[in-house]
Amino acid sequence: MDTLSELANGFATALTPTNLAYAFVGVLLGTAVGVLPGIGPAMTVALLLPLTYGLDPTAAFIMFAGIFYGGMYGGSTTSILLNTPGESSSVITAIEGNLMARRGRAAQALATAAIGSFVAGLIGTMLLVLLAPTIVEFAVRIGAADYLAIMVLAFVAVTAVLGASRIRGFASLAIGLMIGLVGLDPQTGQQRLTFGIPQLADGIDVVVVAVGIFAVGEALWVAAHLRRRPAEVIPVGRPWMSRQDWGRSWKPWLRGTALGFPFGALPAGGAEIPTFLSYVTEKRLSKHPEEFGKGAIEGVAGPEASNNASAAGTLVPMLALGLPTNATAAVMLAAFQQYGIQPGPLLFERESALVWGLIASLFIGNALLLVLNLPLAPAWAKLLQIPRPYLYAGILFFAAVGAYAVNANPFDLFVLLVIGLLGFAMRRYGLPVVPAIIGVILGPRAEQQMRRAFQLSNGEVSGLFNSPLAIAVYVIIAVVLLWPLVSRLVLRGRRPPTPVPAAVAGPPGQGPMPAAHATEPEQPAGRVPERPGERAPEQPAGRVPERPGERMPEQPAGRVPERTGERVPEQPGERVAEQTTGRVPERPGTDRAQAPPPGASEKRGD
Amino acid sequence: MSALAQRLQGRSELGVSALLLVLGVVVLVDAARIPTDFTQRGPVGPAAVPVVVGVALLALAVLLALDVLRGGHGESETGEDVDLGHGSDWRTVLLLIGAFLANAVLIERVGWPISGAVLFWGAAYALGSRHLLRDPLIAVVLSVLTYLVFARGLGIGLPAGVLEGIL
Repeated sequence: MDTLSELANGFATALTPTNLAYAFVGVLLGTAVGVLPGIGPAMTVALLLPLTYGLDPTAAFIMFAGIFYGGMYGGSTTSILLNTPGESSSVITAIEGNLMARRGRAAQALATAAIGSFVAGLIGTMLLVLLAPTIVEFAVRIGAADYLAIMVLAFVAVTAVLGASRIRGFASLAIGLMIGLVGLDPQTGQQRLTFGIPQLADGIDVVVVAVGIFAVGEALWVAAHLRRRPAEVIPVGRPWMSRQDWGRSWKPWLRGTALGFPFGALPAGGAEIPTFLSYVTEKRLSKHPEEFGKGAIEGVAGPEASNNASAAGTLVPMLALGLPTNATAAVMLAAFQQYGIQPGPLLFERESALVWGLIASLFIGNALLLVLNLPLAPAWAKLLQIPRPYLYAGILFFAAVGAYAVNANPFDLFVLLVIGLLGFAMRRYGLPVVPAIIGVILGPRAEQQMRRAFQLSNGEVSGLFNSPLAIAVYVIIAVVLLWPLVSRLVLRGRRPPTPVPAAVAGPPGQGPMPAAHATEPEQPAGRVPERPGERAPEQPAGRVPERPGERMPEQPAGRVPERTGERVPEQPGERVAEQTTGRVPERPGTDRAQAPPPGASEKRGD
Repeated sequence: MSALAQRLQGRSELGVSALLLVLGVVVLVDAARIPTDFTQRGPVGPAAVPVVVGVALLALAVLLALDVLRGGHGESETGEDVDLGHGSDWRTVLLLIGAFLANAVLIERVGWPISGAVLFWGAAYALGSRHLLRDPLIAVVLSVLTYLVFARGLGIGLPAGVLEGIL
């Protein structure tokens, strides 16, 4: 009941006319920016961050809640109407969503996405209300060594499970950790990596890093490869659904929510896996399986709900433990730090009004979104036609505003450019950006916890393993890290040597997203059950340990189906990632570089 | 030797490895410079984590180089407006960097309303927009508007520069 009264207080905070107005502006701006092509939720939040600088923390976070959900929803509009999604979590929505749009059912696709997002956001936020206090209760009792272990798990999980290449993921993480080191050591005041530059003594602001990697890096990267002819936008009227559409949507919404939330709440969260799982589930359970690949409404409703539920799920570790598990949560954490607020168990005690106001605003923002987006969809669709030079010039422009506003110092603009160039290089060479940003944010805190743990144990290494929780977490980490090795030993000698050349010869122009795309539709039906038998003869010769996970862009898709029945997400993911390799050569026809719909319809032939 | 040259061909990704190597060396050299003896509080000093990170960077540089030489390569990121069919357009990138730097240099001297407009116009030009009237007009409107919203409305310090007192 305590939680409920806190929540009621939160609503009292959030429902004042001023705060309601902030929530409204947040939702509006979040959607408008999120709809813009090339801008995912993380960049939306990063670019709109400076708007909140002038506000008091409560108002700022209420606005933030709106930006968060608005950015999420904007992204799905883009993927449905433009076909190519802005970020990996919308990949699945784009498959059936865009096919629906092409068949003239854009209005229904947008409606089921909007209402599904609402339902998932509502349930997800309620679960957040229920879970967060429990986790906080537990978290206040755990020690520095446990925190360190959980943070290391977050590093390893985000790096080893989500990316296509472990080496590149860890390289990205190490770069992030290095950036996090810059500045004065908080305990001793010693300068680290400041090279005598006074502006670096305070460290590189996380906001500058986030904006640099997400906004400047992305703008430069796109500029170097700007598509000559902009993608085709499908016109849309006001979204609506028939009775039949409702009937086909509500179960996928609920199932998608159930899949999305737990994955979001885990350290290896991220919406790719649950959205894909949801797609597979809906395709199996659908009474109209023949429509999959031609634009089935279930294929939009489920994954989109799953995407939003997963976003709500990421807020649980973010608020209760201060642990960001995806890019958007990382940027939100940066925003908290901007106000000198440290998310974590103490937040609920010290800043109770703020945190419950924020949670109440999530409910409000979610509802506002539904009210705004159904009627405004045609207007949002027009934003997709913004001339690309203006779009990317605008991103650079607002990135400069944001970075300058942090300290009112032009030095930050130079830092921003350097980090932007780093982001460019990372995109060019397939280094995932999320581990870097998580490293920047969590690195310094992990160091602090480690030093605290050592202080408590007087320098004994055993101090890091003095609790069952820490030991359990390290075991999980070891399993995640060693899984490719173990599975290779187990499966040794049963693999033809094909995968390596195939991997090398993979079309250079493809990236993880469309790849995931093209693969997914093919996977669902029937494939999963056959797995064990089918797999045994074709296991690749495990000569190079990193290979499998390495450059298999299909990885997310490939590994997902196996996860269904599993408890510990890290393990199966690893195993399957390994197995995926064996399959790749067998798929010459999978034109991965292609846009999804053609690929999708092709693939349905099985 | 020619075999080596052949293996190196098209492996610009080794540059990433070199970057990691350089970063690792920089971190380690910097860590070695930190006096740990007397400033240290507790058993773990300020140099410990930098050493770990530096060693990790070096190790990853080696692992990545090995991976690249064995034929591995990272997948370039794709996106809505990205066409990887043609090579990198360096001219556009350099022009964008130029516009960005112009803003960084000018912002304190002439103020955001002007430097921001230079940034936007320059970036739009770099990206291929050639509307002689519309581009600068949008640029000026945007930069003046952001100045008014941020500096006046939200109290965030964007400098007015030479336009101080006019705006």
